Amino acid sequence: MANIHQFDVVVVGAGGAGLTAGLYASRTAKTAVISKLYPTRSHTGAAQGGIGAALGNLEEDRPEWHTYDTVKGSDYLGDQDAIEFMCNEAPQIVYELEHMGLPFDRTPDGRIAQRPFGGHTNNVTGKPVRRACHAADRTGHMILQTLYQQCLKNNVNFFDEFQVVDVLIENGKAAGVVALEIATSELHVFHAKAVIFATGGHGRIWEITSNAYALTGDGIAVALRRGVPAEDMEFFQFHPTGIYKLGILITEGVRGEGGVLINDKGERFMEKYAPKVKDLASRDVVSRSIYLEIREGRGINGSNYVYLDVRPETVNKYAALDGRTNPDGSPYTVTGEQILQKLPDIIDFCRTYLGVDPVTQPMPIQPTAHYAMGGIPTNMYGEVVIDEKNTVMPGLYAAGECACVSVHGANRLGTNSLLDIVVFGKYAGIKAAEYANGADFTPLPADPDGFARQQFDRLRNNQGNENVFQISQEMKREMFDNMGVFRTAETMTHALNKIHELQERAKHIKLTDTGKVFNTELLNAWELTNLLDLAEVTTVSALARQESRGGHAREDFPKRDDVNWLKHTLAWKQNGKVTLGYKPVVITKYQPKERVY
Amino acid sequence: MQVTLKIFRYRPEVDKTFHYETYTLEAAETDRVLDVLERVKGELDGSLSFRRSCAHGVCGSDAVRINGRNMLACKTLIRDVGDKITVEPLLGLKVIKDLIVDMEPFFDNYKKILPYFINDSPLPADGKERLQSPEERARFDETTKCILCAACTTSCPSFWASDQYYGPAALVTAHRFIFDSRDEAAAERLHILAETDGLARCHTAYNCTLACPREIHITKAIGELKLATITGKVG
Repeated sequence: MANIHQFDVVVVGAGGAGLTAGLYASRTAKTAVISKLYPTRSHTGAAQGGIGAALGNLEEDRPEWHTYDTVKGSDYLGDQDAIEFMCNEAPQIVYELEHMGLPFDRTPDGRIAQRPFGGHTNNVTGKPVRRACHAADRTGHMILQTLYQQCLKNNVNFFDEFQVVDVLIENGKAAGVVALEIATSELHVFHAKAVIFATGGHGRIWEITSNAYALTGDGIAVALRRGVPAEDMEFFQFHPTGIYKLGILITEGVRGEGGVLINDKGERFMEKYAPKVKDLASRDVVSRSIYLEIREGRGINGSNYVYLDVRPETVNKYAALDGRTNPDGSPYTVTGEQILQKLPDIIDFCRTYLGVDPVTQPMPIQPTAHYAMGGIPTNMYGEVVIDEKNTVMPGLYAAGECACVSVHGANRLGTNSLLDIVVFGKYAGIKAAEYANGADFTPLPADPDGFARQQFDRLRNNQGNENVFQISQEMKREMFDNMGVFRTAETMTHALNKIHELQERAKHIKLTDTGKVFNTELLNAWELTNLLDLAEVTTVSALARQESRGGHAREDFPKRDDVNWLKHTLAWKQNGKVTLGYKPVVITKYQPKERVY
Repeated sequence: MQVTLKIFRYRPEVDKTFHYETYTLEAAETDRVLDVLERVKGELDGSLSFRRSCAHGVCGSDAVRINGRNMLACKTLIRDVGDKITVEPLLGLKVIKDLIVDMEPFFDNYKKILPYFINDSPLPADGKERLQSPEERARFDETTKCILCAACTTSCPSFWASDQYYGPAALVTAHRFIFDSRDEAAAERLHILAETDGLARCHTAYNCTLACPREIHITKAIGELKLATITGKVG
């Protein structure tokens, strides 16, 4: 029999969303946070450039502008009620983070400093606006540290290095989760009135990715196995500027500070694709532009990368051409020292991994798999909704990258993920605690850890000679080649066939580690089953959608089709088969129109 | 190029004591040591166990000893350490399995120094941010970089002697709050640092500063704390 724990609220995942949820829930309810990593290892800590909020500390800005930019950035697939809610909440939550001690950079008058970011504009002039609140280029690191510290201060119960493996649903309500203690391989049942999933993304499906090894989509996969659908999985963001071959992210803040993208002919090619905001267009637009340049032979030396150039002479040249000014109206210029001060981590990454100094040399970059717009469907209070009619599943919540509210629609704007995790983490925490305080425990099913135990017994006792690493490599390569920035029915069908083949082969994985203590091979094998399931759901959802919108760009259907496809995809996986449904997009103030940057 | 890895192995369910195993494989000089560890695990021996997550030096999971020095495996390239590479677990913390050590004493020490922002004064009336000048913010910038990887603490001879010593990482966090103009608990923290297992155990070996993958000048930060405990002044 497994170890049984009882809490009012159990949060799964300890990144920005999980810690915010844990912090708010713990104020009124007995709360545990379980995480497969030590909380400070979570990938929120890798977020660099900033968190978006219309504080207007350096120039005029308004939450309505932030709302419109986000709707437009989403290619009109975001739900406008939720987007408006998030952007209106943004200034308050940023002030709350500051009150918790977050060390934001400061303006000369002592306020939170802000920088421009892709897709964020002054809606009157159409020019980039300073909306991203930042702490050097480690804003996510500071958010993660600050939230963890506040959770310690508030005596939140942590279960570190516990891997969630199942969610318990009884009589249509959440009853808890099952987790594997990594140090011992023992299963633990967390009996709870409310469960909040905040398990992050699943970028590890792709070969070139900015995502941590840990980002294997566990929450979405576990929920899928229990009949909860996944929404809009075909929309996955490829960030334009990953370090060539490694995929490590180079923040959009580099372009916010004046960096430009340059092709083999030395041209600033974004002028062609986004005449107004150029290098600060939305990420989907910039990634596609890079691909097109490479395809037409204008990658550096004919290869599959371009340059991101933030050398002061380059920045100053193009800032003068653009007529960019400081808040006081003087011409915008930078020195090498200022670049170093504003982007210390980026410079460190480039020096370490490339031997390139961005102050004196351009950086080789290529698009990198970065962010899941799709995930577990929720409403704006973090409540999980399980069908076309948005029926709430009592007691189940999700927040952050694993959730789909949907505020990012078909393409997320930079700085909106850090905002998403704290706004929706907060409301999921508050709502889950409220719910728990008015509800009784749903009785646990008989043999609560049975389903989890079966999965792990099967992995331990498989017969065959397949290898976790090999299957994983084949999946990543296939998905990057055929389910990447551009897709066609042919490439996606190829990918789907390959995924099915790999799912079969994964049933014959042979493990060499038979131990119970930190059996990371066993965990990697289980995570691979999650990645394969999500790769399948992503590909099936993408094949069905016969249009191009945001992060889903089809060469055989190059135009957006609002008549037939202005709707969210829902994908279920049951009895080994993926089925699809659709639900309408919430449109309040902004009717869809052509998207031009 | 061909790389030879000598890796510390200990599986508690099988081994009475530790031993080293040697693996040889082809690698590029720009590969990370973590890439090579992943390939050993993936292609040669699935039972090799280590922690890792972000793979680019910001999460702090994969601090290990490489050729005798504490480093992050993901931030160390083959060309930095050569083609003969010895990888061992951090010193001063109990080995659980292979390269995985018990991190609990490390985090217990972190928790001793009140590692969270404290300010019980009323918030600004407009509900907005507390003001802080760029100069005040710069005062503690460096110590905000810490990723709690434990490379510093486990390179410290005083910590090897006693894991009751808070260790450099906890002191770095103390510095981050004590020198933050908005925080109000400097006196309380300085009192904690003045205990036997606090600052007095730092004998300025400088190992921590050399080990820090975030290039924090830890010994300098500890020096500033020592001065503050003597003068009672923070600035």
